[in-house]
Amino acid sequence: MALLEVEDLTVNFYTEEGVVTACDDLSYTIERGEKFGVVGESGAGKSVTAMSLMRLIEEPGQIESGEIRFKGENILEMSEEEVRSIRGNEIAMIFQDAQTALNPVYTVGEQISEAIRHHLGYDEDDARDRTIRLLDQVGIPEAETRYSDYPHEFSGGMQQRAVIAMALSCDPDLLIADEPTTALDVTIEAKILDQIEDLAEEFDTSIQLITHDLGVIAQICDRVMVMYAGKPVEKAPVEELYYDPKHPYTVGLMSSIPRIGDTRDRLQTIPDTMPDLVDVPTGCSFHPRCPYAEEACTRKEPVLVDPETGHEAGSAPGDHAAACLEYTGDLTGGLDYTVEVQGEDPRAQLGDQRE
Amino acid sequence: MLGLIVVTAMVFLTIFARPVEIAGITVQPIALAPNDPQNILYLQDPSVGRYDPPSLNHPMGTDASGRDMLSRVMVGGRASISIGFVVVFLTGGFGLVYGAISGYYGGWVDEVMMRVVDTVFAFPALVLALVIIAVLGSGYWSLVAAFVFPGWAGYARLIRGEILSVKENEYVTAAQALGARDRSVIFRHVVPNAIAPLIVQASLSIGTVVIGVAALGFLGLGFPPGTPEWGTMLDATRETIIQGPGGSIPWWATVFPGGAIFIFVMAMNMIGDGVNDALDAQSNVDVGQGGAN
Repeated sequence: MALLEVEDLTVNFYTEEGVVTACDDLSYTIERGEKFGVVGESGAGKSVTAMSLMRLIEEPGQIESGEIRFKGENILEMSEEEVRSIRGNEIAMIFQDAQTALNPVYTVGEQISEAIRHHLGYDEDDARDRTIRLLDQVGIPEAETRYSDYPHEFSGGMQQRAVIAMALSCDPDLLIADEPTTALDVTIEAKILDQIEDLAEEFDTSIQLITHDLGVIAQICDRVMVMYAGKPVEKAPVEELYYDPKHPYTVGLMSSIPRIGDTRDRLQTIPDTMPDLVDVPTGCSFHPRCPYAEEACTRKEPVLVDPETGHEAGSAPGDHAAACLEYTGDLTGGLDYTVEVQGEDPRAQLGDQRE
Repeated sequence: MLGLIVVTAMVFLTIFARPVEIAGITVQPIALAPNDPQNILYLQDPSVGRYDPPSLNHPMGTDASGRDMLSRVMVGGRASISIGFVVVFLTGGFGLVYGAISGYYGGWVDEVMMRVVDTVFAFPALVLALVIIAVLGSGYWSLVAAFVFPGWAGYARLIRGEILSVKENEYVTAAQALGARDRSVIFRHVVPNAIAPLIVQASLSIGTVVIGVAALGFLGLGFPPGTPEWGTMLDATRETIIQGPGGSIPWWATVFPGGAIFIFVMAMNMIGDGVNDALDAQSNVDVGQGGAN
């Protein structure tokens, strides 16, 4: 049994302009100890997915349908009490902006030990000891004296480390990292990513890493899901995704990564922006931006299929699946792109720029 | 700073003016005031008359019944000042909880709770206070009630607005994501970050309430006539302001209690401004409440 199974999750936001479907029939699984990446542009529904796992979607959002099974139990059917005992304790979250994720009126140590006391029932002294050990583990020097510092006395990188320590405080089984390094510069980013990876291994924690940065995914993850407009468009093991992307959107994302030694004058981008989710294009929601779009794309909505066979994709971890009409035989022109692999290892190639 | 010194001095004087007894036990034996504020002096000492001008024996003169003004002004602070603090404490406390719940939960809870606040705001506060006193009769606690009932709404609205912006911070989500209860999220994580303007508002309001109590006293409501209380004392000496031909106005009878109100409220506003500067809570507070620092 997988650690986390998300099945047909649909989340709607009822706004004044109309209903926004932030997550549309989303399914994925995360195995124990696995590192799962979720990529997509801003507004693709990545963070909403994460918040749904904790059942923290707020008004006017609503989880419409689907199941989120964590260790076999459906989170969406739990009582508020049961969900609270999972939050922080079994599923924890690393937030994007560490500066606002720490409460300015309490010391950093106090904020971390509060969760430890709450979930693990430690007394004041034990919680303090554990917090100091955690701070030490995430690489904060002089953890003992730093315990009683306020968040504003920490630098950005240290704040992020403190947030990671907070997320790890109760040995969660699943760690959701929502763009954990976006606010940091690249050198710190590389260190923090290494740290997350090491700590996850040490604590045997699964990670769901949310980012818009394919380089970060390449560095850490085992499997990747690419999201577009609330839908998964491609799911694959990380190497396959980089060597052999099957969806035009994935290709577009990868070609817009700047490379060192690139001779092009302009960075290639995906034209236009993500559609307004109130009014998603008919058919394939990516077709207005897709260079290979045909008339069929405006009519028929593609499903996730195995690109080899064209049959509906299974949910086995090693499967590669893409949602493009090409693979169900509806396109006449085909997808006209080639993937050029420079160097041996795609991880090295993409990871290079960040180390 | 000056404001704080003045207020502390006045509170000190008024507490130690006469001995305090609680349930027959004397808890504060010191008596700084020279006379009992209720003593009609000329019954004991025929040399003291009505409306004696200030003299060495009676630095603030005597009032219409020949009572020592200084003692009355000193003791009179008890009612005014303590009502000020009690009312602000009650209104602030209730408004805080009410506004926090309303702002945090949002949606229809917020909608209903804020319409109740609007209803309270729709009454003119002083008129509402008059009605409450008329219903409950006069006395210390009915005065408190008269100010608490319309007073909490302002705090509720203030704290709600503040919480609406604070709850968008990621640390609130972070606290929820760590499995904290709503109650602890609100009162441990949201409220401490939203409370600054409320504290400023509260320190400014103490002065306003003291003026309100004096105003009700002056209207003859609030305390029974003859009670040493600044507003009631002003009311008792009201007729002396207009004299027939040849009469002289006993200015001390009105200037001293009025001056006490003025100084106290002024000092309170200075504290409020000081707190405002210290907490750097802008915008929500009326500008130009007077006072230096």
